[in-house]
Amino acid sequence: MKEHLDLLREMVRIRRFEERCAELYSSGQIRGFLHLYVGEEAVAAGVLSELDPQDAVVSTYRDHGHALARGVPMDAVMAEMFGKATGCSRGRGGSMHLFDATHRFFGGNAIVGGGLPVAAGLALAHVLRGEPRVVACFFGEGAAAEGEFHEVLNLAALWRLPVLFCCENNLYAMGTAFAKEHAAGDLALRASSYGLAAWSVDGMDVLAVKESARRATESIRAGGGPCLLELRTYRFRAHSMYDPERYRDKAEVTQWRHLDPIDRLVEVMRPEFTDDDRAALESEVSVEIDQAVATADAADLEPVADLTRFVTSEVTT
Amino acid sequence: MKTTYREALREAIRDAMNRDDRVFLMGEDVGSYGGCYAVSLGLLEEFGQERIRDTPLSESAFVGAGIGAALNGMRPIVEIMTVNFSLLALDQILNNAATLLHMSGGQFPVPLVIRMTTGAGRQLAAQHSHSLEGWYAHIPGLRVLAPATLEDARGMLWPALCDPDPVLIFEHNALYNLSGELADDAGPVDITRAAVRRPGKDVTLITYGGSLAKTLAAADDLAAEGIDAEVIDLRTLRPLDADTFLDSVRRTHHAVVVDEGWRSGSLSAEIAARIAEEALYDLDAPVRRVCSAEVPIPYAKHLEEAALPQPGSIAAAAREVVRGG
Repeated sequence: MKEHLDLLREMVRIRRFEERCAELYSSGQIRGFLHLYVGEEAVAAGVLSELDPQDAVVSTYRDHGHALARGVPMDAVMAEMFGKATGCSRGRGGSMHLFDATHRFFGGNAIVGGGLPVAAGLALAHVLRGEPRVVACFFGEGAAAEGEFHEVLNLAALWRLPVLFCCENNLYAMGTAFAKEHAAGDLALRASSYGLAAWSVDGMDVLAVKESARRATESIRAGGGPCLLELRTYRFRAHSMYDPERYRDKAEVTQWRHLDPIDRLVEVMRPEFTDDDRAALESEVSVEIDQAVATADAADLEPVADLTRFVTSEVTT
Repeated sequence: MKTTYREALREAIRDAMNRDDRVFLMGEDVGSYGGCYAVSLGLLEEFGQERIRDTPLSESAFVGAGIGAALNGMRPIVEIMTVNFSLLALDQILNNAATLLHMSGGQFPVPLVIRMTTGAGRQLAAQHSHSLEGWYAHIPGLRVLAPATLEDARGMLWPALCDPDPVLIFEHNALYNLSGELADDAGPVDITRAAVRRPGKDVTLITYGGSLAKTLAAADDLAAEGIDAEVIDLRTLRPLDADTFLDSVRRTHHAVVVDEGWRSGSLSAEIAARIAEEALYDLDAPVRRVCSAEVPIPYAKHLEEAALPQPGSIAAAAREVVRGG
């Protein structure tokens, strides 16, 4: 029950955080591109619950959920949305580029496929040092059409690199439907053709995601080489705040909303988990988000005098 | 001791591997083949395949893997066969290596060294002969080096590996067989300053890499005519050590920039602009540039030679500047 509650809390934190971000975007407090993770929470919550602190995570431009589930403090994530000096990237990254060295969160990469080679290198360092670590690398199904996907899967399988490739298949590469982008539809089969273990998972079922991640990370830590999970999921909201969603039917969205990963887990947890418990959880999360917004709003901006800091390292002797 | 540019590069890698367990070399054919230009010949036998890693032909993957390994505590040396091939990894070099430190608010430095061959002169035609180091010198966050001498071939790698940020080292393909004397105790060199390779008082010739020898040859020809040329080797293309060439220009009052890259939007344009911004009133004549002809470098020997800066064209430009044509 505790394990279920932890997963539920993580998903609710992400869902409500994203909803608040949408409001803050509408009111102009968050700018730039904003890609929301609503609907896909089971993937981040399930996979990252199986990682250790010494493992590493590489994310995409849809990275809020990954950052929160990895333990990056919500205050620092929200402050980054506000472009503040207290943000987890000191206001230089924004929504798409959340980083946190303390949590070995190697960032949201906004070049589709661009994080995969980096994940391979992080894993190579672990191999060279003989450490039983896992690097979780998230990307969408759109990345499976990029050259870097093919290069890296081959390299990772060849060198048996300890990478858990997490392909979040939400069926749309921005607005391009899966069937319009991939000649062969089975991504797990495609990955396994490179010589690594790969399988598909119901990405709307957090318990299934967690169980698959557990199996995969156990195998990787034992030296079994990389694994790929195709996590079949769906984003309930638009690609970004600029997206009028001309490319999909509302009926399709409604159909997927019936598979809401939060509702599904709550059903599993009933009757022990009551409406009162749910209300208490929502209230707890709401307080955390209010606090994060207030802190971010009050935080200082990075001084313009520091504009060119961190282009090269500041060497201290 | 008598050595070559190639051997000096190899000794630099060997030295770095012995100094620091975190250093390893990876790239296409660096192991069993010994390196496309034989730089790493013998290192596989000496250090083993964990540290001398042959990679698949996947430039983006192995350059990005170098970035990831650097982020995670290692000190990789990545070899790319030629600068033309590096374009397949440009995403990783620009969007990750040069960018992650800033984008992460200072949390993630990338201590990576990438070596690659550049330049023309061996009749390899347009997909193996270009000089694109000037493009890389455009990018904030990178240090760009161009060793033109045995001392720099031997000495630039270790300080590059000690740099907490990404460093690109461009080895001109015409230099690998350069031979000469190198001190037995030759070791790390400064990688922040340009060097005066030949002092002179009448005109400043500013160059780097594969064009240094041609420029020194031009200076000898000019000396025979009574023109005393000073030759500056930039060595570090980013960040530029402008002080060294500006000091020289202020003394000689004449400047010629020699760059095997194309002229338009180039490193030579940057240098000419710096002179115009900082030392215009010290000049007695407009700055001249000697660059490659704006064509893809052709195969045929006579066409390739005609496309590149040569001692004759460098000397002619210097004469024009000094004597007004």
